[in-house]
Amino acid sequence: MKYVLLFTDSKDRARQWDAMPEAQRQAAYGAINEWFGKYSTRITGGHELQPERTATTVRFNNGKPVVTDGPFIEGKETIGGYAEVNVSDLDEAIAMAKEWPTGGPVEVRPVIDRGEPQR
Amino acid sequence: MVRALGDFDLAEELVQEALLEAVEHWPAEGIPQKPGAWLLTTARRKAADRFRRQARYREKLAQLEGEGMGVDTAEGDDRLRLIFTCCHPALSREAQVALTLRAVAGLTTAEIARAFITSEATIAQRIVRAKRKIVEANIPYRVPAAREMAERLAEVLAVLYLMFNEGYLATAGTRASRRDLAEDAAWLAGLMVRLMPEEPEALGLLALMRFHLARVETRFDESGGLTLLQDQDRSRWDRERIASGISLLKRAAVLRRPGPYQLQAAIAACHAEAPSWQHTDWRQIIALYDSLLALTPSPVVQLNRAIARRYLDGAESALDEVAALADPLDNYYLFHATRAELLRDLGRDAEARRALIRALSLTENPAERALLEHRLA
Repeated sequence: MKYVLLFTDSKDRARQWDAMPEAQRQAAYGAINEWFGKYSTRITGGHELQPERTATTVRFNNGKPVVTDGPFIEGKETIGGYAEVNVSDLDEAIAMAKEWPTGGPVEVRPVIDRGEPQR
Repeated sequence: MVRALGDFDLAEELVQEALLEAVEHWPAEGIPQKPGAWLLTTARRKAADRFRRQARYREKLAQLEGEGMGVDTAEGDDRLRLIFTCCHPALSREAQVALTLRAVAGLTTAEIARAFITSEATIAQRIVRAKRKIVEANIPYRVPAAREMAERLAEVLAVLYLMFNEGYLATAGTRASRRDLAEDAAWLAGLMVRLMPEEPEALGLLALMRFHLARVETRFDESGGLTLLQDQDRSRWDRERIASGISLLKRAAVLRRPGPYQLQAAIAACHAEAPSWQHTDWRQIIALYDSLLALTPSPVVQLNRAIARRYLDGAESALDEVAALADPLDNYYLFHATRAELLRDLGRDAEARRALIRALSLTENPAERALLEHRLA
């Protein structure tokens, strides 16, 4: 069964991340890479996203598209990336999320399976 | 079935119900390897569910599920799978409670709604949503693996403890239907103990519930007012329940894995065994609170420890300890009510009054309000 893990982070921590010296950031990436390595057989896709400042949102006002700067969610958290995983059940997806190393909340969502061929 | 129940009509009815369940389950899940055994097990489970709600069958119930009596493994595993699924951490606490009462304890949605003073539709919807999430998110139907067991068991026990408190702490008016809830929670805790006899915290939780239930009859006076522990008529406490609580705690102690429920039960045991409020072993209680604080630091536990110190070291030292909790507990009525008591002990009546008024502004519970108003008068 497929799930998407949405990796989020508090905006404060996202800013810290941006301001981090390169060496420190590399070390932090090390832990993330390790996570991806450990679960490589389960991970079927996913990406890290550019920071929120690069986001553009298209809204629809009475069906008319309006382009605005910024993310669509104005909250304390920001989405930093996602991974698509193929595991047996929710417990396995949760176990992966529990080991996510950045400290940010991870949202686990099942993917609707319409029987597409597996990649 | 007939032999066990001594009631042919009832046995027949329960087997009918089991057959109905088979009709629902077998097409989807396949026919079990031993259909006859499956039916009997299901009918027995239904009998147990039914008796639990009928006092006159309590004795038979004790026979059907005596504590010493093991649950046959296949049936036990099935019930455990059900409990762990109902109490899966991916479900909201409200959903866990409703689902467990419905699917494990066999309550109807109407009974659950009454216990939580809410509408049947609300409970029904809660259960439907929870079931839908189980299916759509693929929450597995299984007993957790050893490495996640501690965490998952803690979740189940937390659900049962919340359920128990909902029923036990209920005050006059809604009491009857909610007290059933406390009994249901205790029954579920008993089921956990039978299914996982080597889990000391399950034993501890059941013991804790037994100690509380032993004095349930003395918690309220005839007009529905709250009677505090120190004023309760100890001769009316249920000695059998206290004795069973003690023996559960002993069983837990042998397993040598102390935990918060065992410690809380041990504190309740000190009260249950004390001949009077004056002759309570406060030193022991304070030591137990210290162990509890070491495991789960919490200002509310610290407040309870301070209350115990009042009887060992006097109001002055207790007040010092309470004062240190002003910051985290400023919005907790018992903090101010406790301060008021201690200030009054020390003859500081004006301050005591102010603390009482503050306490009164922080609780909506009619029985608690009545008690505070009585002290103010």
